[in-house]
Amino acid sequence: MSEKLLEIKNLKTSFRIKDDYHAAVDNLSLTVNKNEVLAIVGESGCGKSALAFSIMGLHTRAKIDGDILFKDKNIAKMSSSEFNKVRGKDIGMIFQDPLTSLNPLMEVGEQIGETLYLHNKNMSKTDRRERVLDLLNKVGIPRAEHVINQFPHELSGGMRQRVMIAMAIANKPELLIADEPTTALDVTIQSQILDLINKLKDDMDSGIILITHDLGVVAEMADRVAVMYAGEIVEIADVKTLFENPLHPYTRSLLNSVPNANSEQEKLHVIQGIVPSLQNLPREGCRFSTRIPWIDQAAHEEHPTLKEVAPGHHVRCTCYKHFSFPDESKEEQHVLS
Amino acid sequence: MSYLEVNDLRVHFPIKGGVFGRTVGHIKAVDGVSFSLEKGKTYGLVGESGSGKTTTGRAIIGLNNITSGKVMFDGVDITNIKRAKSDARKNIQMIFQDPYSSLNPKKRVFDIVAEPLRNFENLTRSEERKRVQELMELVGLSPESILKYPHEFSGGQRQRIGIARAIALKPKLIIADEPVSALDVSVQAQVLNFMKEIQKELDLTYLFISHDLGVIKHMCDQIGIMYKGRYVEEGTADDIFTNPQHIYTKRLVAAIPDIDPNKREEKRVFREEVKKEYEQSYNDYFDEEGLAYKLQPVSDTHLVALPEKG
Repeated sequence: MSEKLLEIKNLKTSFRIKDDYHAAVDNLSLTVNKNEVLAIVGESGCGKSALAFSIMGLHTRAKIDGDILFKDKNIAKMSSSEFNKVRGKDIGMIFQDPLTSLNPLMEVGEQIGETLYLHNKNMSKTDRRERVLDLLNKVGIPRAEHVINQFPHELSGGMRQRVMIAMAIANKPELLIADEPTTALDVTIQSQILDLINKLKDDMDSGIILITHDLGVVAEMADRVAVMYAGEIVEIADVKTLFENPLHPYTRSLLNSVPNANSEQEKLHVIQGIVPSLQNLPREGCRFSTRIPWIDQAAHEEHPTLKEVAPGHHVRCTCYKHFSFPDESKEEQHVLS
Repeated sequence: MSYLEVNDLRVHFPIKGGVFGRTVGHIKAVDGVSFSLEKGKTYGLVGESGSGKTTTGRAIIGLNNITSGKVMFDGVDITNIKRAKSDARKNIQMIFQDPYSSLNPKKRVFDIVAEPLRNFENLTRSEERKRVQELMELVGLSPESILKYPHEFSGGQRQRIGIARAIALKPKLIIADEPVSALDVSVQAQVLNFMKEIQKELDLTYLFISHDLGVIKHMCDQIGIMYKGRYVEEGTADDIFTNPQHIYTKRLVAAIPDIDPNKREEKRVFREEVKKEYEQSYNDYFDEEGLAYKLQPVSDTHLVALPEKG
């Protein structure tokens, strides 16, 4: 049995809009084990990045309820000075957009060195430089001695992303959160970065939370997958089960809408309607029900919960038992009208 | 005679330097590209960022100056068309990459979609309104929403507004520059389906520029692969995906993540092999400057950039 690294219990992250708080992450629980890649999938606005920021304690104005246990310590309840010792050391994060998340006025080497310095003030300058060079080499940056003195704008997108990764892994974190690490990159660079993350997992025995909306990346990388919709997990399973036997209507719709280079399919599936905005989120009943209006309301549970349908395979709501795609011609008419 | 013919297109950007801002060199963004499009078909232009695919598209529509070469559209030379009201400007339209930045946030949707109509057609206010409403219906948005601003729409809806603007003048050729890259998969599916539908309905020809090979395979009949401003391979979707010949294409195809988690190990091994082959045979496929050779035909539809024999 693998060792538990992170346990999130009933996490609720709410943002204030006008005078009310609205939960972007709503009563969410999950665990991440050592040496495991947990992928979190969902469309923009489903709360996956809000979840990552909650774990990292980066929300400044959100209200966070619930517990986040990292190695049995509740990091959600830590003071900021306590958290500063954990953040960047035991938990590292790769941000989505490398251009906006790097400091444009600081040399690359200095930025990576800063992370090292903050968690180990006794390290000498030369040691630190050695270590930074070592990191740059590790993430596959050519001519590291040259790049160490360059500014972020002098590097290409792929190189910047590698710098971000070097920063995130500088202190050998036990938990690495990667928020869309390859979304902005070309396929060949993407495959290199993914290989790199995989190697790090094996080398350091870390747990990795991979946030993405690219199902191809999930299939290549993940051990387990959690599918999020409207702030909740709707399905969670190991990667093979999820791709071979997806149950929740949302998971099935997502899988059907991917144009895949390795399969033939004339028409892509379209999920009706749009992701509801935070204020208009239906808080009662099955949140996905408005996007599958052809399914009888009686098929949904009144208070849907995640239920284990097979070992390790959890699905929310009972509507999956009654779900089928509407027939093709009907779909077509809908799109045209 | 093909519908659009691009012949030895070159777009070079000067590098300014020195005290007086003299031209000290050139960046060869597009360096001798030739291809042709058939009417009613979709041609895919693939490459990594910096390969010159966007520059090629922009040069055809006249947004980048052409250094040399020739662009023929429907039998007419449109290489250096500067006149704003020429027919070519009307018949060729563009869909831009980012629906968040390609719509003017200060303008109402009505004015955004009506702008091309105002440039080319003398319509009365009420005719104009009617046309815009028709267009909105055509792209699946409610005609009442024309008085809204772009920020009131979702990403997929915005991209549809961009499409409505592009088809307002009933163009014949649409250059779509990464039209779905900024969108979620489900929204992406919506836009791709829609583009296919209007293609049939309006008899459109597409030049589809993308780095996403999954999308390209789904949409395109013919595909050209670019690398550093040159073509490395051209062929039908089948040629490229099942029988790639150039080492660069092989590597690109191998890098596509497979949606089947069972093939993960197999894929990884395959990718390693291709990478090794790429490194070993790099010099056989590229010249001293690391550029691709001239295209050589290997079958009727399939062209590969290989060094000349002998």
